[in-house]
Amino acid sequence: MLLIPCPYCGARAENEFGYGGEAHKVRPETPENLSDGQWADYVFMQKNTKGTYHERWVHSQGCRRWFNVIRDTLTNEIQAVYEMGETPPEVDTKTYL
Amino acid sequence: MAQRYRLSKGGRIDRDRLIDFTYDGRKLQGYQGDTLASALIANGRHLVGRSFKYHRPRGFLAAGAEEPNALMQIGTGARTVADVKATQVELYQGLTASPVNAWPSVKYDLGAVNQAFSKLFPSGFYYKTFMWPHSAWHFYERVIRSAAGLGKAPDKPDPDFYDKRYAHADVLVAGAGPAGLAAALAAGRSGARVILVDEQPETGGSLLASRDEIDGKPGTSWAEQAVAELRAMDNVRILTRTIAFGYYDHNWIALLESLTDHLAEKPDDVPRQRFWKVRAKQVVLATGAIERPLVFRDNDRPGIMLANAAQSYVNRWAVKPGETAVLFANNDGAYQAALDMKAAGIQIAAAVDLRQDPSGPRTEAARAAGIDILAGHAITETQGGHRVNRIKVAPMSEDGKQLAGSGQTLECDLVAMSGGWNPTVHLHSQSRGKLRFDSDIASFVPDFAVQAERSAGACNGTFGLAAVLAEGETAGRAAAEAAGFSPAAANGHYKAASDGFTPARWLWLTPSTKPVGHGGKHFVDFQNDVTAADLHLALREGYTSVEHVKRYTTTGMGTDQGKTSNVNALGIVSEYRELPIEELGVTTFRPPYTPVTFGAWGGRDVEEFFDPTRKTPMHSWHERAGAAFEDVGLWKRPWYYPKAGETMHDAVQRESKAARESLGVLDATTLGRIDIQGPDSGEFLNRIYTNGWKTLKPGFCRYGLMLGEDGMVRDDGVTACLGENHYLMHTTTGGAADVLAHLEEYLQTEWPELQVYLTTVTEQYATAAIAGPNARKLLAELTGDIDVSPEAFPFMTFREGHVAGVWARVSRISFSGELSFEINVEAHNGLHMWQTIIAAGEKYAITPYGTETMHVLRAEKGFIIVGQETDGTVTPMDLGMEKLCSTKKEFVGRRSLTRPDMLDPNRKQLVGLLPDNPKDILEEGAQLVETVRPEPPMAMVGHVSSSYMSPTLGRAFALALIKGGQHKHGQKVYAPMTGDKTIACTITSPVFFDPEGERLRG
Ligand SMILES: [Zn+2]
Repeated sequence: MLLIPCPYCGARAENEFGYGGEAHKVRPETPENLSDGQWADYVFMQKNTKGTYHERWVHSQGCRRWFNVIRDTLTNEIQAVYEMGETPPEVDTKTYL
Repeated sequence: MAQRYRLSKGGRIDRDRLIDFTYDGRKLQGYQGDTLASALIANGRHLVGRSFKYHRPRGFLAAGAEEPNALMQIGTGARTVADVKATQVELYQGLTASPVNAWPSVKYDLGAVNQAFSKLFPSGFYYKTFMWPHSAWHFYERVIRSAAGLGKAPDKPDPDFYDKRYAHADVLVAGAGPAGLAAALAAGRSGARVILVDEQPETGGSLLASRDEIDGKPGTSWAEQAVAELRAMDNVRILTRTIAFGYYDHNWIALLESLTDHLAEKPDDVPRQRFWKVRAKQVVLATGAIERPLVFRDNDRPGIMLANAAQSYVNRWAVKPGETAVLFANNDGAYQAALDMKAAGIQIAAAVDLRQDPSGPRTEAARAAGIDILAGHAITETQGGHRVNRIKVAPMSEDGKQLAGSGQTLECDLVAMSGGWNPTVHLHSQSRGKLRFDSDIASFVPDFAVQAERSAGACNGTFGLAAVLAEGETAGRAAAEAAGFSPAAANGHYKAASDGFTPARWLWLTPSTKPVGHGGKHFVDFQNDVTAADLHLALREGYTSVEHVKRYTTTGMGTDQGKTSNVNALGIVSEYRELPIEELGVTTFRPPYTPVTFGAWGGRDVEEFFDPTRKTPMHSWHERAGAAFEDVGLWKRPWYYPKAGETMHDAVQRESKAARESLGVLDATTLGRIDIQGPDSGEFLNRIYTNGWKTLKPGFCRYGLMLGEDGMVRDDGVTACLGENHYLMHTTTGGAADVLAHLEEYLQTEWPELQVYLTTVTEQYATAAIAGPNARKLLAELTGDIDVSPEAFPFMTFREGHVAGVWARVSRISFSGELSFEINVEAHNGLHMWQTIIAAGEKYAITPYGTETMHVLRAEKGFIIVGQETDGTVTPMDLGMEKLCSTKKEFVGRRSLTRPDMLDPNRKQLVGLLPDNPKDILEEGAQLVETVRPEPPMAMVGHVSSSYMSPTLGRAFALALIKGGQHKHGQKVYAPMTGDKTIACTITSPVFFDPEGERLRG
């Protein structure tokens, strides 16, 4: 059970939150200009990095706001949280084989 | 004679409190402070179970949580519990127990015939024996399950209740042995909030079972003093009978506190167990170590137990586990068990030592005490039916691989064995901390921590009481410091013995007169009956990874989770493969450390508290009307309203007919409602829905279809334009929360520039849908200020005014295909509105109808229900709704609709089905084929999504999704049912009734 620091409410248990997958995937402005492959990539594919990963969470059982989390997906260390639309803060990028 | 094996003095039992209990039908006695195991031993009972596969007689191997054999059925009736380890059951007045794995009784066990057929049970026997011939499985399964059967589940509801509790700690200490107590003292004295937990009823851990001294006094006295000091601290909470069984992310620790299992009278107002969820800043693991059995021929007879278990029974419970003991050991520490047994009056026939040159302080003490030591010897054979009575020993070759010379026979009724110690690294490993193999103790110890935890004492591979105490103290101080406290300097060191259990010699497999697998059984996993020969067979068959060997042989997969077997199995695999253990790796430890009841997981969230129940304001009326209810999401919706003597079928036919012929009324309150406001609301709807919304004017409604980005239908409903930049969206009953989340997500993450405000208003309204040819007449009677004429109030519009004397918003929309009005009032006026409608509608024989009739009516019209006609793989085109997908604008999911797979003409498409026999009602979910074969497999072309008997059509009909179905109208498909029945159907348009929509527009 992760302890997730909501930028608006403070640290709360994971079961108050919903997961939104990879962050900073911008919805294409003109999807009709994308090839089938490019569109499928946007809809279905995520990096799912082992290590430092930028991802989205929503505080469903709290303030209902979306925000970004930088989490080491191997250790579950939460390296930073920041608001939607904000530039990601610099963190040590953890990588693993 | 009662308690014949009870020592005359000593032990942590209360001799003034005699306790009666029943074991296997016999009345026995023990003392307060006994476990079921120690009480049975006091009465000379060693045969306590039968092994899982071979039904061999088994006795106690251990004295604690690691016990693999003594699995008991405790109690009777609704409170009976299966598979409880006798070593973990505290004795109480009136306790009843019986072994789980014996039939008809532990002494005369029919399953023991399995032993004779043991060749049937090699490694992977489940996979091999039962897979072929296929039909044999049923035979084997029946025989084996009835013969083995691990206990019985209670057949009545659980009379107990369970609690959950959340807590925070600066320092959580798991284990209240010497290391844990020292850690808790150090942390507690710093002012940190400490939670100290221990699975035992009293604190002290290994000290309770030993005669070691600390600071010149008995270890138990030191422990009592330590606990007294801790109890006096307000910042320390001590939880006994509490096991830390799970270590999860971010220092989230799960504890199970047992509150009433040890009581003879179960109080009504105390939960049976309490499930603690602790978030700790720092954790100190002080979980001790578990002794390792030796793997030798027929090492499983009752009376063969771990040396430390024998020592515990003598010291802690003052019982004699035997009259004449043989110590069989590979290390120095085990000799203390022999010394303690000897002090208690047990004869020590000999110490059989695998070491060529036994040495060490405890060995010397034993030698000085006159114990005969057979150096470089092995036990090569054991004898005795229900209890060991004789063993054979022989000298080994120098490398320990074989015997060297003839041996001797020793009479004994107890073999106390010790193969060294395995640190209890379960919680560290669960926390994802890494392990390393420590060759000094030939076991795994914590390497580095991933979470904020540290191990201290035996669980860290540290043995020797002085070092254990010092490490506990250091860990407690370090944890408190890391949690932000400043512990004072330690006042001196604890004085205690400094020796660990080494020197030792590691021989994973003890040689015998015959090769492994060719005489007797060398058990590794006692609970799952896995032998060294099984491991060798698995390796010969190519299972080399330890994870594979574990699963194939089932080593370590019993209720004891391999606490005594895992490292021995690794050692044997390592020897066989001639690879160092550290290169093999270790299997993963997973929670829970010991079994946890379902009741504890459920806590109070059971029965009516499992999920909230949502009821509409008209619910009480529906109840009085005798409605049967259906769960839709969390809502209770009237399903149908049976009259006296009516079946569901009768009621639905009557209700459907009434709505078509005169007037019906449906409680439609449960639809989700989202109020949408803001200057960009129209633009927002335009992006979310497939169809256009910019032209919708106030006073009008529009049906919308909502897709996921993958192009699949995810919700539908009618949205009304309440005013400029103000809309009210209706969602499906079950989809309301998901749709709101979906809308919020797009607004916050993709289109933050849109000024749109969403409010869920589902609970603010009550809605009655009146439907049928007389709907307009009724509405006209109920309102004074709404012009209900078709010209003034056309289809797909709404009007605000008063109905039944209260404010109302009336929408002229229809899900039934009839002339229909949905009357929305403020929720608190719902019941009043409903009762007024019913009273005024009497002259039209108004008929309340439930969701089942609603389904019949809408299906006759070919209206879909999201979640019934759709399943997350259905596109608008599949439903024939491509006209609802605008080609002039972008919307969520649009791009996916032109992916090649979406354009495949052979996708499953919505059609109607008419069974050839009009009385055959298809089963929803039935698979459809075009060619019927005598038996499966048959090529499936689709499935039935909705199916009903229609009084209006006078026949059964269905909706279905069929491959390429839109072009197959008029063709036949078949639904093969159970038995030989096959229902033939004709594919039709999905609209069966009033295809022009004259009735709903009229
Ligand atoms: Zn929040």
